[in-house]
Parts: sequence; C-alpha cells; structure tokens
Amino acid sequence: MSAAEDVVTEGNEAVEAVPKRAMTLGLGTSLVVLLLLVAVPLFAKNFIIFQMTQLLYLGLAVLALNILTGGSGQFSLGQSAFYGIGAYVTAVMMEQFNIPYFLCLPVAGVLCFGVGFLFGQPALRLSGVYLALATFALATAMPQLLKLNFLEPWTGGVQGLVVTKPDAPFGLKMSQDMWLYYFTLVVVLAIYVFSVNLLRSRSGRAFMAIRDNEIAASAMGVNVALYKTLAFGVSAGITGVAGGLSAIAVQFVAPDSFTITLAIQLFLGMVVGGVGWLPGSIVGAAFIIFVPNIAEGVSKGLSGAVFGVILFIVIYLVPHGARQVAILGQQFAGRLRRN
Amino acid sequence: MFFGRTLRTAAIVTAVATLTSGAALAQKKYDTGASDTEIKIGNIMPYSGPASAYGIIGKTEEAYFKMINDKGGINGRKVNFVTYDDGYSPPKAVEQVRKLVESDEVLAVFNPLGTPSNSAIQKYLNAKKIPQLFVATGATKWNDPKNFPWTIGWQPSYQSEAQIYAKWLMKEKPDAKVAILYQNDDFGKDYLKGTKDGLGPKASSMIIMEESYEVSEPSIDGHIVKIKAANPDVLLIYATPKFAAQTIKKTAELSWKPLQILTNVSISVGSVMKPAGFEASQGVLSAAYAKDSTDPQWNNDPGMKRWNEFIDKYMPGADKTDTGTVYGYGAASTLAKVLEMCGDDLTRANLMKQAASLKDYAPDTLLPGVKINTSATDFAPISQLQMQRFKGEKWELFGEIISGDVASE
Repeated sequence: MSAAEDVVTEGNEAVEAVPKRAMTLGLGTSLVVLLLLVAVPLFAKNFIIFQMTQLLYLGLAVLALNILTGGSGQFSLGQSAFYGIGAYVTAVMMEQFNIPYFLCLPVAGVLCFGVGFLFGQPALRLSGVYLALATFALATAMPQLLKLNFLEPWTGGVQGLVVTKPDAPFGLKMSQDMWLYYFTLVVVLAIYVFSVNLLRSRSGRAFMAIRDNEIAASAMGVNVALYKTLAFGVSAGITGVAGGLSAIAVQFVAPDSFTITLAIQLFLGMVVGGVGWLPGSIVGAAFIIFVPNIAEGVSKGLSGAVFGVILFIVIYLVPHGARQVAILGQQFAGRLRRN
Repeated sequence: MFFGRTLRTAAIVTAVATLTSGAALAQKKYDTGASDTEIKIGNIMPYSGPASAYGIIGKTEEAYFKMINDKGGINGRKVNFVTYDDGYSPPKAVEQVRKLVESDEVLAVFNPLGTPSNSAIQKYLNAKKIPQLFVATGATKWNDPKNFPWTIGWQPSYQSEAQIYAKWLMKEKPDAKVAILYQNDDFGKDYLKGTKDGLGPKASSMIIMEESYEVSEPSIDGHIVKIKAANPDVLLIYATPKFAAQTIKKTAELSWKPLQILTNVSISVGSVMKPAGFEASQGVLSAAYAKDSTDPQWNNDPGMKRWNEFIDKYMPGADKTDTGTVYGYGAASTLAKVLEMCGDDLTRANLMKQAASLKDYAPDTLLPGVKINTSATDFAPISQLQMQRFKGEKWELFGEIISGDVASE
C-alpha cells in the first residue's frame, strides 16, 4: 500500500492531508505528458490549439487554487476576482500603453500577489466557510468595480476592451494560435515547476503544517499569519498570470467575463482534479471546459441538468477526483507488473 | 514579327478562355459552408446563464429554418442552422464561435446575442472575413461599415431610440424636469447617452436626476422612492422587463403620476404591462418597431397570422406572449430574404453585399410602415420607430414613423 492510498481511504475531513510525494507525477509520466503537450499542436487544427491553450491557462488558475486549498488549507471562492484583475492589467497595459505582452504578465502576477497578500490580512481572522464567504463577496463585487466610471478611460467600462493577438516573433512561420500556445506552455511549465518546488520547500512545509493543524504549527515556530497570507498572495499572483494569458488568448476582456460563475468553475475544477494534487489541475480544467460542451450536445434545453448529473456521477464514483483515478491506474499497472 | 503576332494571338485566346470559364463559374460560386444542397449558418445564444430568457430567440430561429427547409429550402438549398450556448460569457462566446468557424465551417455567423459576446467575436470574424450578420444587440457600434465591414446590426439602436424620446420631450414638454432610471450596464448607459445627446445643451437643465440599479438587485422599489423625493414630472424607464414592471407598479402604489416613458425592450403587454397592472400602466409612452404578439389589434393582421401558424406548427407549446419569438421570427426571415437574394453566388463577400442591399424589406412581424433598408454605408437595418401610448389593455400607435439613425463614432 502506498502512502497516497492511505490518504484516499482515511480522509474524511474537507481538506485531507496530502503528503508532498503524492502531490506530483513520477518522472516517466511527466515526460510523456510533456511530450504530448509539445507534439499534439503540430498536428492539430487551430481551433484545437486554441482549446488546448484554454486548457493550459485555466489549468494554471486551478493550480493556483490548489496551492491555496490543497497546500495551506484555506478556501477561496474569490479566484475570479484575481483572474479578472490579471486579465484587465494585461489588457490595459497592452492596449492603452502598448507594452509588449510578455512584460505585462509579470506585472499582472506581481500586482495580483500584492492584492492577494493584502486581502489575506483580514482573511486571517476567518477560516473555513467564513473565509469562503468573504472571498465570495470579493468575486461578486469585481464585475461592478470593473464598470466604475472613473476607470472607464482605461477599462472601456461595460463595453470591455479588445486585445490584439501577438504574432510569432523572430519571423517564425507559425500561426498566432500556435505561438500563443507554446508561449502559454512555457509560462505554465515554469509556474508548475516553481509550485512543486515551493510546496517541497520550507515554506511549503509550513503551508502544510498550518493545513494539518494550526496550533501545532504555531507551536513549532511557524509564523501562521505570515504563511497564511503568503499562500493567499502566491495563489492570487498565479491566478493573475492565468487571467493575463486568458485575455491574450480570448482577445477580449469585459466585466461579464469574470463573474462568480468563473470562481465556482475553478473550485469545481480543483475538486474534480483532486484537492492537493497539482497535476490534477489540468484534468479539472479539461472537465470545466469540455463537459459543458458535452452536456450541451446531449440536450440544449437541459444542458445544466445534464452537467449536474455528470458532476454528481463523477463525485460519487471518484470523490477524490483525478488523483484517485491516477492511483487506481498505478495499482493496476503494479499488479500487471507483478503477474 | 510573325512570332510576336502568334504570341499575341495565343495570349488573347488564353485570356478569352479564362474569361469565359470565369463567367461559367460565376453562375455557382461557393465559400466554405455552402454547397449545391446546403447552407451552413452558425449562431450563439445564451441558453444558460443570467440571460437565458433570450434563449427562446435561438429556438425560434431554429424552428423557422426547419419550416423553410420543409418548404423546399432557399433556392433549392437546405439551411443547416447550428446553434451553441455561450452562457452570456464573452470567453465562451469566442470558443463557440471559433468552433462554428473552424470546426463546423459555417458560411456566416447569424444573430449572435448580447453586446459583450458580440464585442468579443467582432475582431476575430472581421479578420477572418466571415459575416457577422444581424447581431442581436441594440448597441450603436455595429453600424460601422468602414472599420468592421463584416459586421451588421439588425434592431434599432438604443441610442437612436433614446434620441427619439428626447426629441419628443423637447417638442411636447420643453420645461420638463426629467429623472432617468437606468440599468447599470451597456444597455442602460447607451440609453442614457442617447437621451443626453438628443437633449443637447438642454440636457443639464432638464435632467434633474440619474439613478442606476444593478441587474442583480431583487427589487428596485427603493430607487423609485428616492426618485419621487426629487419630484420630477417625467420619468424615463430604461430597464429590462422585470424591473420595468416593478417601476410602473411602484409609482402607482405611491400614487405618483409622472409622465413615464418606457424603453422598447420592455413593452411586452404580457410580461410587463399586465404584471404591472393595466390601471397603473395607463398613459405610459414608448416606441416600437415590431408588432406585439399579445396585442389584440393584430389578431387579423396577415403577417401575424402567418407568425401564429408558424408557432402552432413548429413550436407547439411555446409561450406566445414572449417577445423573443416575434424577434427571432423577424431576424430569421431577414436572413432568409438575404440568402434568397444571394442566388447561386454563396460567397461570404456576396452574402455581405446582399445584406447591405436590402430595400424596403418588411418582415411579417414589423409594424406597418417600418421597413428594412441597408446600403454600403448604412449597416443599421431597422432604424424606424413609432411612438405609442398605453391605453386600456393595449398600445395605441400615434404620430408618424420616425427615423433615427445614429452612426457609430
């Protein structure tokens, strides 16, 4: 029995303890996934590439939530707000100030880190469902804040802002979609590696100590307040970068793009992907992109109900999401090897 | 010399051959999405999400093309109407439109609904030179053939409608104290701007109050009480149906009787005036371009009879009081007309050219006298409205048909 398996059988709390080892993929699997992500666009149509880009940046947003919830045990329904800020910062800088897109993303990330860190301060006093509610308020407020009159010269107000898609640099003969995909892939991989290392580091251990038992963590000398807000900041920063990437890929930002629905979708993606299992973020993103389309294919009038049924079945059969499926697969492969 | 002449002859022969073969091809020309048997048209609608009430428009259009196909199609070709849900979310709209264009390979995107969704897909479609036909939004920016030659509107713009109200006020009640209640989004703000533009220099003295509400508020009674305190004698109601009904009802409850002018979006007798109460609704003014399905004065109108037959046969059980069914029917018949005008030249360029060459076209559901006209410089198909006053249990039209074209800036 592996350590990860213990977790699946024992965990009854909302956020159960995930050992560091179980948070990532093995080397072989990682290489196969990477190879697929690099190779598939070479043979796919532009639309498929666009969908894969969506998959990557939404996966990144889910990953950010995963660090917060799976890592430090805090809930957030306000990720859409950080995502929106990131998208708007990128769009406004690109369109109003003509700053190249690759410089906008770090700015969006840093700014969102700041906002998240500050928001984390009052959030310290709250935990569990109360924290979820406070972040929920942030998500509800965001579309209205983006509509504010005095911001209108930059944000375009209710009409939104159109973003120009970048061409491939250095005269590369590559479609805009393909270039953007590889650009996104590099950004996402860099952040993924950073996140994995973060969770394996001293700070990561502090996050997990707080998640598992706050009092014990502080008794061990972990600065609970600092690490809780830090987790919020890191999560918000990564979400901001994801939002920025989405603005470039979709070529448009509007207040209606960043409603509470988005925050709930990201939450859903995290649960379906497996709380605390970083590679599951991509699976979760795939779920929130493709399953609504499948549901619509089944019935247009009842797409919401069909989606609900699929979600119910998934949560009922594999409550720990993609992580559980991966572990089952691993066991199966192990049994085959033994025979 | 001789060689030169041979060469010249050969060149002429080749040229003639090319020209004639070109002429032969001109009889039947297709772009992606059109063939001898089929025309593929794409559409996105909010079947889910906050604006899902509008989903009925997409369903009506789907049913309309089913009727067309049952009657033998358009110039012998069946219309394949592919419609997807965008949930009123701009990123989803981009995804679904790209799916329509790149995966389903449609000839054109028709009647996509909502200003945010259309803004999100406009640049993409224009870059790809794919017609974005008859968009279902009243924003002014769709009438911009110079910058966006592949996008064309359909309904009268909110701003031109608001200007009509402003002009009427300047003429009939030049000393009015005006209060404006508007929804805090693109829809409400367009009306606000149109009103101010229409009043011109008098705007600052005539408008004594601008009050906005959020679409997420459960009730707007508080706003009405606040407006009443400022004591205006004209109330402009730029609100969506649910809130419009609440406003009319609340003013009556406060036994306050300002002159109320109501946006065209909320003139349904069935879903606004009746819930607000007929007594409370007496004397409310508005403007219209389409017939109201719940208004008994159209019972014997041949156009509305055809509409009724269509609903009974192709959408049994549909709610006839829903203005979306009238809207969808009108928009779909405009597209059918344009496709018919295209003949056998079903290229995207020709489709756009025909859409911009409509002359005095009058769908069954438009008011008598309101006609659709477009040209290479006029991408606002419907730009006429008629003022109307609520009396008894129906709207009474009065005055002339007013044109109010507003070009995009």
